[in-house]
Amino acid sequence: MITSFVLRALNGRITITIAILLAVAALVPALNILVPPGNPFHIPTYAVSLMGKYLCYALLALALDLVWGYCGILSLGHGAFFALGGYAMGMYLMRQIGPRGVYGDPILPDFMVFLNWKELPWFWYGFDMFPFAMLMVLLVPGLLAFVFGWFAFRSRVNGVYLSIITQAMTYALMLAFFRNDMGFGGNNGLTDYKEILGFSVQAQGTRAVLFAASAVMLALCLLLASAIVNSKFGKVLVGVRDAESRVRFLGFRVENIKLFTFVVSAMMAGVAGALFVPQVGIINPGEFAPANSIEVVVWTAVGGRGTLMGPIIGAVLVNAGKSFFTGAFPEFWLFALGGLFIAVTLFLPKGIVGTVEKYWQARKATRKASETSRGGDVLTAQPQAAE
Amino acid sequence: MIRFLSSLILLLTLAVSGHAQGGADPRPLIDALGKANFKQAEELLGQIAATGDARVAPALEAFAAGDLYARKSDGAVFIAKPAGKNFKLIDPLSGEEVEEAGKGAVAKIKINNNLRRVIRSTLGGLTLLSPDRATRLRAAEAVMRSPSAENLELIEAALEKESDGAVKARMEQARAVSLLASDRGVEEKRAAIDTIRSLGGRPAIAILMTAAPAVDPALKEDLNHAIRQLESNLAAWDVAQNVWYGLSLGSVLLLAAIGLAITFGVMGIINMAHGEMVMIGAYSTFVVQQLIRTNAPQLFDWSLLIAVPVAFLVTGIVGLVIERGVIRFLYGRPLETLLATWGISLILQQSVRSIFGPTNQEVGNPSWMSGSFPLGGMTVTWNRMWIILFSISIFLALLALMKKSSFGLQMRAVTQNRRMASSMGIRTPWVDALTFALGSGIAGIAGVALSQIDNVSPNLGQAYIIDSFMVVVFGGVGNLWGTLVGALSLGVLNKFLEPSVGAVLGKILVLVLIILFIQKRPRGLFALKGRAVEA
Repeated sequence: MITSFVLRALNGRITITIAILLAVAALVPALNILVPPGNPFHIPTYAVSLMGKYLCYALLALALDLVWGYCGILSLGHGAFFALGGYAMGMYLMRQIGPRGVYGDPILPDFMVFLNWKELPWFWYGFDMFPFAMLMVLLVPGLLAFVFGWFAFRSRVNGVYLSIITQAMTYALMLAFFRNDMGFGGNNGLTDYKEILGFSVQAQGTRAVLFAASAVMLALCLLLASAIVNSKFGKVLVGVRDAESRVRFLGFRVENIKLFTFVVSAMMAGVAGALFVPQVGIINPGEFAPANSIEVVVWTAVGGRGTLMGPIIGAVLVNAGKSFFTGAFPEFWLFALGGLFIAVTLFLPKGIVGTVEKYWQARKATRKASETSRGGDVLTAQPQAAE
Repeated sequence: MIRFLSSLILLLTLAVSGHAQGGADPRPLIDALGKANFKQAEELLGQIAATGDARVAPALEAFAAGDLYARKSDGAVFIAKPAGKNFKLIDPLSGEEVEEAGKGAVAKIKINNNLRRVIRSTLGGLTLLSPDRATRLRAAEAVMRSPSAENLELIEAALEKESDGAVKARMEQARAVSLLASDRGVEEKRAAIDTIRSLGGRPAIAILMTAAPAVDPALKEDLNHAIRQLESNLAAWDVAQNVWYGLSLGSVLLLAAIGLAITFGVMGIINMAHGEMVMIGAYSTFVVQQLIRTNAPQLFDWSLLIAVPVAFLVTGIVGLVIERGVIRFLYGRPLETLLATWGISLILQQSVRSIFGPTNQEVGNPSWMSGSFPLGGMTVTWNRMWIILFSISIFLALLALMKKSSFGLQMRAVTQNRRMASSMGIRTPWVDALTFALGSGIAGIAGVALSQIDNVSPNLGQAYIIDSFMVVVFGGVGNLWGTLVGALSLGVLNKFLEPSVGAVLGKILVLVLIILFIQKRPRGLFALKGRAVEA
C-alpha cells in the first residue's frame, strides 16, 4: 500500500525534479570540494551555503504551498514554524559549544551565564542529544500547528480571518522570543556555533554535506507532498480548497483534513528551519517577523501555487533576485519586491509554473483538436488556483 | 493657654504694626547664635521667632542650610557664600555684601537635625502672617511638612486673621497636622483626623502614619479607619488612572483601526498598506510643519489643524490611485488583495525612505498639546486628552456620514447587495473608489494624531497594522460600533495587564486572548447577521 502511495507520487515531472535535486545534491559539493579553486567550474563555499539557504527557503515555500495551494489555507505564520525548527536546531548547536564559549561554562550557553542564570531551564534538557533535537524539530512546530489548527479549524475560522490570526500568532511569538527571560537568547538569538555531530560548522566539508542534506531533504519532502497530493486524500484536499461546504456535506470531516495538512506542512517548515540554521550560523527572533512569512507567500505565488514545482522555482528565483538586488541596488530591492507582489497578483495569478502549464495545455488541446485520430491521454487534472 | 494668649497678643501686635519692627531687634540674637551650643541655639531661635521680624528669614534659611558663619575677630554672624577660595560675607538682615574673608577667618555655626526642624517651623510661623498670599500658602505647607505642637498656636492665630479661602483651607490642614502632635483633647484630635483625611492622597497617609505611634489609644480606631479609607481611595484612583491610560491607548488603536474598519469591514478589502497610509498622514504633518516653520512661524500652534485636511486629501488621493490602479482588479479575491496591498506597502515605505531618509523626523507639539493637569488623584496629559477627544469625534463624524448622508447610504447599499445597488442606478465602481479613498483619508488623519505621540519614521505604519487588524476582527467586521468597543476594551485590557506582567508579555497575552476569542466567535464581538456572513 505504501509502495503504491509512493509510486503514485512519482509522475513524470516529479521524478525528473527529484532526479535533478539529487544530482544537484551530489554535483555542487563535488564541484566545491573536488574542483580546485582556480578552475572556472569551482563553486566557492560561500556560494554553496547561499544555495543551501535557497533550498531551505524552497522547502519552506513547498510547505506553505501544501496548505495554501492545495488546501486553501493562506497561512501568514509559516515563518513561525520555520523559526521554531531553527530554534530547536540552534539549541542543539548551542549545547554542542560546551566549554568553548566565551565564559567557558560546560553546560550553560553564554547568554545564560551573562544573565546570571545558575542552571539550565527545563526546556533545554535533552538538546545535547542530536536525535532528541531532531525529534523536537518535528514535534515543536507540529504541536503548535496541531493546537492552533485544532482550535481554528474546529470553530471554522477560515479565509482572511485565519490569515490574520496566523499573522498574530507569529507576531506574538516574535515578541515572546525577544524577551530575555524566555531563555532563548532574547534579541541576539542563538549563534556562535562550533560543531554539528562533531564536525566543525565552518568547515568546507560540513557545509557541502549540509547543502547535500538540504537538497535530499527537499527531494524527500517533494516526494511526500506529491504522494499526498496525488492520493485520494489529495483529491479531497483540493475539494476543500474549492468548495469547502460541499465537501463537508459529502460527509468528510473537513477540519481533520485541514488539521492533518497543516501539521504536516508545519513539520516540513520546521525541517527547513533546522537545515537553515547551521548554514546561516544564527537564529534570532527576527525570523518570526510577520514580513518574513508574507515573503514566503510571494515566493509561492511567483512560482505558482497549487503546483509542486512552483514554490521551489519561485523561492530560488526570488531569493537569487534578492541577493542580486540587495548587493547591486540596495534601495531598489523593496520596490522590486513590492512590484513583484502586485505584478504576480494582477498578471500571473497562477504563477510561472501555472502559466506555463496553462499554455502547454492550450497547445495540447489545439493539437488534439487538429489530429482527432487519437483519444485518451487525458491530462492528469492539475489543481487550479482558488479564485 | 497663657502661652497661647501671649503669642496671640504678640502676633496681633505684629500684624497691626506691620511685620518689620515689632519686637526687639533680632541682630543681637542672631549674633548670639555664633557662640551658642545646640540647646542654647534652640532657645535663641524661639526668641528670634518672638521678634516676629520677617527679615530674619534668609538668615534662618542659611542656618538650616549650614551657610551661617561667625567672624572670629568680633563674633558677628554672617551668611557666607563661597567665592573662589574665600567666602563672601553677607549681612544676615539687610542682605548686603559686607566683605570677603578667608576660610580661616570665619567659623561655621553647627547645625543638627533637631535645629533644622525648629528652624523650619519658626520660619513657618514667621511667614504665616505675611501680607503676600503666596508666602502664607508656602508657610502653611511648611508647617504641614514638619508638624509640631509649638506651631499650633501660631497657626491658630494666623487662621483667625486669614480671609483667603484657599489659604485658609491649607491652614486648617496645617493646624490639624500640628494638633495631632500636640496634647489637645481627644475630640479635637478626632476632628483633626477628619480634616487630614479630606486632604487625601499619599501625603495624608504619611501624616497619619507618623502620628499613629504616639496617638491616644482612644483614637487608634479612628486613625486606622482614616488610613484605610485613604488607601482604598488611592486604589480607586489607581484604577481610574489605569482606565484612563487604557482609554488613551484604545483611542490610538481606534484611530489606527477606524479607516481599516471601512476598507476591511465595509468593503472586505484586506488593505495591508493601511499602516502606510497612517505613515503618509504623519509625514504630511511633518511637511506642513516644516512649511509653517519656514514661512509663517506664528501659525505653528495651528499646524495640526492645518495638517488634518492636508493629510486627509493626500492619503485620500493615494488611496484613490491604489484602488483604481490595483485593487479594483482584485475584488472578490481577498487573499490576492492582501498580497498586492502588501506589495504596495513595501513600495510606499521605500518611497518615503528614499525621499525623507530612514531616520525619525521631528514633529513638534503645539503649545496646547503639551503639559498636563491634575484631575483628582491622577494626572492627565493634554496630548492624550486631545487624542481621545479627536478619535471619538472622528468616529462620530464617520458614523454620521455612514448613517445620514446619501453617500453613506450608497456605500451601505453597495456593501449589502452590489448588483441590486447597481441596478438601482448607483455607480458601484465610483462608490468603491470613494469608499476606499475615505478609509485611506481617515488613516491619514490618524497619522496626524499619531505623529504627536510616536516616532515619525518609514516604519510607523508597520507598528500599527497588526493591532488595527486585531481591533477590527475583535470588534466584528462591518460594524463601526464594534471597532469602537474593540479598540477601547483592548486598550484598557492591555493597560490592566501591564502592571502585573509587563508591557511585552501583556501584549502577547492580549494577542493570545484575541486568537482564542476568534475561535469562540469567528465573526467578532458584534457580528453581522444574515446572508452577508456566508458570502
